[in-house]
Amino acid sequence: MHRTHIKAHQPWWIINWRELVEYRDLFWLTVHRDLTSIYKQSVLGPLWFVIQPIMTTLVFTVIFGNIAGMNTDNIPLFLFYQSGLVLWNYFAGVMNGAASSLISNAGVLRKVYFPRLIPPLSSVVTYLGHFCINFLLFIAVFIYFLIKGSSIHPSWWVLLLPLLILHCACVGLGAGLWLSAMTIKYRDISFALPFLTQLWMFASPVILPSSSFSNWKWLIAVNPMAGVIELFRFAFLGAGSPDKVILISSFLVGLILLGSGLLVFNRAQRTFVDTI
Amino acid sequence: MSEPAISVRGLSKRYNLGAISRHTLADEMTYLIHRIRGRNAADHMGQVRNKAPSARPYGEHAKEFWAVKDVSFDVNPGEILGVIGGNGAGKSTLLKILSRITEPTEGEAVINGRVGSLLEVGTGFHPDLTGRENIYLSGTILGMKKAEITKKFDEIVAFSEVEQFLDTPVKRYSSGMFVRLGFAVAAHLDPEILVVDEVLAVGDAAFQKKCLGKMGEVARDGRTILFVSHNMAAIENLCSHGLWLDHGRVKMLGETAPVVEQYLNTSQAMTESVSLRDRTDRRGSGRARIVNFFVTNDTNCRQAVLRPGNTYRFHLECELNSPGPTLQNVFAAVDLKDHRNETVWLVSSAFTHEAKTLGRGITELVCTAPDFNLAEGTYKATLYLTCGVNDHLDQISNAAEISVEGGDFFGTGSKGSPTHCRTLTRASWSTLSL
Repeated sequence: MHRTHIKAHQPWWIINWRELVEYRDLFWLTVHRDLTSIYKQSVLGPLWFVIQPIMTTLVFTVIFGNIAGMNTDNIPLFLFYQSGLVLWNYFAGVMNGAASSLISNAGVLRKVYFPRLIPPLSSVVTYLGHFCINFLLFIAVFIYFLIKGSSIHPSWWVLLLPLLILHCACVGLGAGLWLSAMTIKYRDISFALPFLTQLWMFASPVILPSSSFSNWKWLIAVNPMAGVIELFRFAFLGAGSPDKVILISSFLVGLILLGSGLLVFNRAQRTFVDTI
Repeated sequence: MSEPAISVRGLSKRYNLGAISRHTLADEMTYLIHRIRGRNAADHMGQVRNKAPSARPYGEHAKEFWAVKDVSFDVNPGEILGVIGGNGAGKSTLLKILSRITEPTEGEAVINGRVGSLLEVGTGFHPDLTGRENIYLSGTILGMKKAEITKKFDEIVAFSEVEQFLDTPVKRYSSGMFVRLGFAVAAHLDPEILVVDEVLAVGDAAFQKKCLGKMGEVARDGRTILFVSHNMAAIENLCSHGLWLDHGRVKMLGETAPVVEQYLNTSQAMTESVSLRDRTDRRGSGRARIVNFFVTNDTNCRQAVLRPGNTYRFHLECELNSPGPTLQNVFAAVDLKDHRNETVWLVSSAFTHEAKTLGRGITELVCTAPDFNLAEGTYKATLYLTCGVNDHLDQISNAAEISVEGGDFFGTGSKGSPTHCRTLTRASWSTLSL
């Protein structure tokens, strides 16, 4: 028989994985809810999944590429910004989704118990959906430029793509869990979040290639997102110079971030309804 | 008997007053800076708090509040435990701990069986999704498997009576439909232990009846239920045992009837009498107000205690506040409720079409009721004053407490059966040979 033991001061390092598996149906329905309800009652509906990334890339191309004339390592402008944004958007989506998961679900969490890890975990898959659309768009543009004969040189490194995606999920979820645990205590975080996301993007080779960070090399080294974005671009377009040491260290940072995020979140979720 | 379904030992929950959602980074920074500068940070925060009462208290300055303190009890499988107590007695906190929404500060509880908690109707509904999608979403949030929901889907829909609108987003639902669908999902949860808060307070009377019926059905299936309610009739009808919480502690635990009785006696003693003129908890337009109420016998002597069988006069002194010289077409009613808050006696001038006219100043409306037929006990009077049928002038609940004692209604010394039936009825018996 099912047996639940409710006790004061449960150890903070114990995460009930079996319970998470029991609630897998809720996990998938949450993903489904977040994917289907987002653009309901908008005229263009799911078309927004396509319009949003294209518009962002277009804006970047015009502002940073054409007007500011920033360095793009001789890659076609549109493709350059798109290649940077594909992984970045996935990471930022997961991080923001996870960070706001407790607050935005507070109404439900106050009334019923289910594993609180479900909402942040589901944002990993929800934004994977967004990522797939984004990535297909990228491939279409990529093929267009390939046929057109632009100087892009894909390499076997593209096979590492699943690992790169996994890494973005780890960093995004890890950071998101930290932020979400801290938001319970300090509401300030939720105001700082958009700003923080933007700063982080500027510190990653999304707009500028890492070769332009000459005096700020350390920023690339400590930023767990920098190495993978650079590698993605190198794998598909043959531009830039991914650094193996930086890559391995970012993978490690990603894992540490995820592990510590899980524990901090686990500690915070137990009594968060009292303070929220 | 086998292991208890719920076993609670020394459960306590502490809240820090003032610490709720007042945490800002700025607060923390000020605290830190003052510590670095070697000042007594707690003192400083104390000063800050004097200026801004909502600031976060530190150290000993924090005010503690035990919502639940040292609560222990067992619930055996198949038992229905009704939890009663005034506002802030800790009922909801107890339910929150047992349904794992929050953690206790001290103590523990062991629950044998799958728990379904129902603290709200329509938990997890997303306004943009259709009724169909929400059945699945809400069901899984409440702990059901998708396959279980599919199996019971038709039943849920039938219970909710919203078949036609299954593919409409629930934000277009009327509040009644929303509640019905929400409860339908919850009612088809299949847990061994059900934790229910006052969710029955929503919906219309017919639906509430349906909900209570469903709960009774669940109970007969031998499942364990923990039920919090202010509705004593529902508690007495459904529950086998009662738990009375008072200021977070267990005041009484046992069979339902004595616990409820004891609880009601205590809470009634606490209602203080305020002069009707000063009462603010009234409803109605106030164009005319009831300013005094008393009962006399047929020789106009005021009565403190009524006896069944006598004739009584109920006096309502009404004051006219509207401009005109008089107010016509005024009706009054006196409604007596028993300790379960159910009306057992009602007189109204509207029943007999006796419209009265109120003059300037104070007019006394008198209702003469012969052969008073309520059994021993205490009753609370609710007074109504209307103009026509629909224009409510004034309404006061618990305007007075009426005690009925002794008397010899039947002329035999019998008091009837006051705990069983509140009214006394004259009747004669005979035999007919067929």
